[in-house]
Amino acid sequence: MARVVVDVMLKPEILDPQGQAVQRALPRLGFEGIADVRQGKRFELEVEGPVDDAALARIHQAAETFLANTVIEDFVVRVEEGQ
Amino acid sequence: MTARVGVVTFPGSLDDRDALRAVKLAGAEPVALWHRDKDLHQVDAVVLPGGFSYGDYLRAGAISRFSPVMETIIEQAKAGMPVLGICNGFQVLTESHLLPGAMLRNNHLHFVCKDQKLRVENNTTAWTSDYAQGQEIMIPLKNMDGRFTADRRTIDELEAEGRVVFRYLDGNPNGSIDDIAGITNAAGNVVGLMPHPEHAVEPMIGTGGTDGTGFFTSIIKRLVNA
Repeated sequence: MARVVVDVMLKPEILDPQGQAVQRALPRLGFEGIADVRQGKRFELEVEGPVDDAALARIHQAAETFLANTVIEDFVVRVEEGQ
Repeated sequence: MTARVGVVTFPGSLDDRDALRAVKLAGAEPVALWHRDKDLHQVDAVVLPGGFSYGDYLRAGAISRFSPVMETIIEQAKAGMPVLGICNGFQVLTESHLLPGAMLRNNHLHFVCKDQKLRVENNTTAWTSDYAQGQEIMIPLKNMDGRFTADRRTIDELEAEGRVVFRYLDGNPNGSIDDIAGITNAAGNVVGLMPHPEHAVEPMIGTGGTDGTGFFTSIIKRLVNA
């Protein structure tokens, strides 16, 4: 089965307090030099059958209507190669 | 004949019983609706209650929005049926695009549970006609994802059209844009807010006041006069 990955991130202009909390914790743990952190979501979809243009179009639709809320989030769909 | 007001129970709803009780105390006939049942059982209006439907998985309200009952509610709301979304219900309404914008995690990342002062900014909606314009009310607020947000153009439009229905007073509890606590659609039949009027309908419990009762008496007047 082929894997398609959907990455969902808050839009750049949306405040991400979770990312900020992670960023603030990093120096305390000795990880210096991280200027900013944004936290997102990754969906791994195991696709039955071939991942052709039609299948990708359906996944794109699912991402747009369900996996991401495009009022506040952007998403990227990509096929994971080399499995 | 009195108004029939439905309250939807999703898996993970918490405040459906309180909402049904508030409807009854106001003098309407409460009707329990089930998320998997498309039939609205001849109700005249619907309340989407608070809670954590579907565990808030994916995003608050994102999965409930696709439940069978919501298909009918979205269709009927667009045709003018009054719908009130409280807390998680407000999140369902934004996810359904019946109301603009979206809800995000509170800016301070803590769950909020407190009595909250609000100002009624629009008393012409189906759910607020029993309040005075500018009236200050105290009702409980309890949520994790209460930060209402939208792009600047949407906010300007909401403000210009008087569609901000409630604003937080004495400090913003979640970082929502322009202290917005609740909004309405252009027609005024769909209203969503984060605080919980159904918890402020009896003097003995909650805030000790009955400032939430007006939501339920407003809708009865609207339906009986309709």
